[in-house]
Amino acid sequence: MKKKINPMTRKSFVTYGMLLIVFIAVEIMLNTGNISSMLQGLLVPICVYAILAVSLNLTVGILGELSLGQAGFMCIGAYSSAIFSNLVKDSITQPFIRFPIAIIIGGLCAALFGIIIGIPVLRLRGDYLAIVTLAFGEIIKNVFAALYIGYDSAGLHISLKSQGDLGLGADGKMMINGALGISGTPNDSTFEIAAAILFITLIIAYNFVNSRTGRAVMSIRDNRIAAESVGINITKYKLITFGLTAFLAGVAGVLYSHNFYSLQASKFDYNMSILVLVFVVLGGIGSIRGSVIAAAVLTMLPEFLRSVNKYRMLMYAVVLIVMMICTSNETIRNFFVRNFEKLKGLIIKNKSKTVKEAE
Amino acid sequence: MKFAKKLMALSLAAVMAGSCLTACGDSSKADGGKSGDENTIVIGGSGPLTGGAAQYGVAVKNAAQLAVDEINEAGGVNGVKFKLVFEDDEADPGDKAINAYNQLKDKGLQVMLGTVTTGSCLAVIDQTKKDNIFQITPSASAQDVIKNDNAFQVCFTDPNQGKASADYIAENNIAKKIAVIYDNSDAYSSGIFNTFKSEAKEKGLDIVAEQSFTKDSKTDFSAQISAAKSAEAELLFLPIYYQEASLILAQCKSADFSPKFFGCDGLDGILSVDNFDKSLAEGVMLLTPFAADASDDATQKFVKAYKEKYKDETPNQFAADAYDGVKIIAKLVEKESIKGNMSNSEICDKLKKAITDGFTYDGLTGQGMTWSAEGAVSKNPKAVVIKDGNYSAL
Repeated sequence: MKKKINPMTRKSFVTYGMLLIVFIAVEIMLNTGNISSMLQGLLVPICVYAILAVSLNLTVGILGELSLGQAGFMCIGAYSSAIFSNLVKDSITQPFIRFPIAIIIGGLCAALFGIIIGIPVLRLRGDYLAIVTLAFGEIIKNVFAALYIGYDSAGLHISLKSQGDLGLGADGKMMINGALGISGTPNDSTFEIAAAILFITLIIAYNFVNSRTGRAVMSIRDNRIAAESVGINITKYKLITFGLTAFLAGVAGVLYSHNFYSLQASKFDYNMSILVLVFVVLGGIGSIRGSVIAAAVLTMLPEFLRSVNKYRMLMYAVVLIVMMICTSNETIRNFFVRNFEKLKGLIIKNKSKTVKEAE
Repeated sequence: MKFAKKLMALSLAAVMAGSCLTACGDSSKADGGKSGDENTIVIGGSGPLTGGAAQYGVAVKNAAQLAVDEINEAGGVNGVKFKLVFEDDEADPGDKAINAYNQLKDKGLQVMLGTVTTGSCLAVIDQTKKDNIFQITPSASAQDVIKNDNAFQVCFTDPNQGKASADYIAENNIAKKIAVIYDNSDAYSSGIFNTFKSEAKEKGLDIVAEQSFTKDSKTDFSAQISAAKSAEAELLFLPIYYQEASLILAQCKSADFSPKFFGCDGLDGILSVDNFDKSLAEGVMLLTPFAADASDDATQKFVKAYKEKYKDETPNQFAADAYDGVKIIAKLVEKESIKGNMSNSEICDKLKKAITDGFTYDGLTGQGMTWSAEGAVSKNPKAVVIKDGNYSAL
C-alpha cells in the first residue's frame, strides 16, 4: 500500500521545492550574467520582505492578532547588528564568523523587545496589540533617529540631543549619527545567505504551525474560551508566537542593514509595517507560501512599472486593488479554479487516452 | 450576468499580464541600449518624482533636461552629445534609492547627477564608489554625502550652511538671542543645526531655545513657538524645508510672536506654497545661492528658458543647482576630451582629477566655484530677503 503523505507536509515541501527552483534559476542567471542590475539589487530585499511577511503571518494568520510594529522590530535588529558589525569589523575580519553572530544578536534583541511589550499587551483581548505595536514602532524609529553614539579612547559617548553634546575626543569616531544613521556597515548579506535564511524561516514557520504549540496557538485563534477550558496557557502561547515573529523580523533587519552601506531610521516608519501587512493580506492570511509570493511580486512590481513613469505609483495602487479583488472575490477565484480543473481534467484525459492507445 | 463576470475577470487578467509584458519588454530594451556609443554620454539622475519631495526632483529633472538640450543644440562638446535618463527614488533612504540607481545602470548610466535628497544620496554613494562612477549631486547637502572621493557637490554642505548662517547673523549683528526649530528626524535639518550650534557658541550668539519636531508631527508647532516666545528670542532660525516653515510663519502670527526669521536653502520655494499668505514671509532672510529675480544675465537667461519650456514655472534653487551640475559635467568632459565609449571607471578617474585640478566654474549658483579633493564646493553664500513677495539680495 502507498504511504499517504500528510497534506500539510506535502504543502510545505511544494513550497520548498518552488523556492529551490527559483533559487537555482536565479543562480544560473547570476553566474551567466543574464540579469539586470536592477533585478540583482532586488534579490536581497525580496528575501528580506518575504521573511518579514512570513513572520508577520505567524502573528496575524496563525495567532489571529493584528501587529503593526513589524518595522520597529526590524529596526531594532538592523541597528543592533549594525552596531555590532561596526564595532568588530576590524577585529573579526572573517564575515563567516561575524555575520552569524550579527544575525543572532539582531534577532535576539528584537525578540527581547517583542517579549517585553508582549507581556502586558497580550493579556488583553481585542485590538490592543495593533495600537501598542504601532506606537512601539514609531517610538523605536524616533529614538534611533535622535540617537548619537560615538566612541573614543575614553569609551562610549551617548547623547539624544546633538552631535556636539557628545563631547568626543580628537580620536573619536561617530557610530550612530542621529538622523544620518549608521554608515560603513560591512556588506555581508549576499543573495545566497538571504535565500538560506528565507529557507530556514519557512522551515521554522511550517514546523511551528504543525507542532503541538502551533495547534495550541490556532485553537486560541479559533475559540479562546474553548482553548482556555482545556487548559491551554493563553498568554504563554501568544508570547511564544509574538516573540518568534519579532525574532524573525529582527533577522530580516540584520539582512537589510548588512545589504546597504548606510542605514537610516526614517526608513522604518509605519508605511513599512503596513506594506508588510499588505503582503500578508494579499498572499492570504495564514498562507505562508502566499506571503512569500506576494512579497516577491509586490517588491518587484513598482520597479517593473518604471516604464510608465510618473503614473507608476498610481498603477501600483490600481494593480494592488485588482489583485486584492481577484484573490478575495469568490466568483473570480472560482472561475480560475474551475478552469484550472478543466485544464487538468483535459490533460489527464489525454494522458489516459495515450496510455490506453499504447496498451 | 455570468458571462459579464467572466469577461471582466478575463480582461483584468489580460491587463495584469499585459503590464507584466510591457515591463519585461522595457527592461530588455534597456539592456540593449548599453553599448558605448562614442558620441553619446549618458547622464543618470535620480530624485523624488512622486511623493512629498517631488517638487525638488521634478525641478532637478527639468533643469537638467534643459541644460542637456542646450548643450546638444549647440552641437555638444567636442562632438559628444549628452543623454539624460532620470529615475524616481521617492526620496527613500534605503532600497528604493538603490533600485533607482540600479535601473539607471541598466539604462547605461556613465555619469551620475544625483541624488536630489540627502537620505537617498547616503544610500547610493557607496554603490557609485564600488562601481567607480563619477557622482555630482546638485542638492544633497550632508557632509557624509561626499565622503568618497568620487562624489562632489554643487550645493553647500550642511555644516557650511550652519556655519555660514551663524557667521552671517553674528557679523551683521542681526540678533543676539536666537531660538531654533529644527527637524531632528531629518539628516539635512539636524546637520545644519549641529554646526550652527557650535559656531554660534564661538561667535557669542546665545541660543535661548532649541526646539525640535519630527517628520510625523509637522503640522502643529504651537509648543515650539511658545517656548521660543517665552525665551524672548529675537530671531527664529529655521534650518528646515519650506512646507513646515510656512506653517511656522502662520502659527507665529496667530501666537502674536514676531521675531526675525532666518533660514537656509530649504526655505527656498516658500513663496510658491499653495494658499500661503505671502505677506507672512515678508522680511524672512535666507541663505540661498540662487534667486530667480536676480538681474545678472545668466540667471535671467536661465529663468526665461525654463519658463518657456515648463509652462511658466519659476525655477527654484534646486533647478539652478541641477543646471549648473550638468554644465559642470559638460565643461569637465570638454576639458578632458572624454568620449562615450570610455569605460565608466576611466571617465570617473579623469573627471575626478579634472575637477580638483584648478577647475573653476562660474554658474547660476555662484561665481568662481572650485572643488577640493574632499568634494565640497567653495563659493560665497548669498543671503536674500523676501521683500514685497519676491526674493531680493541683501
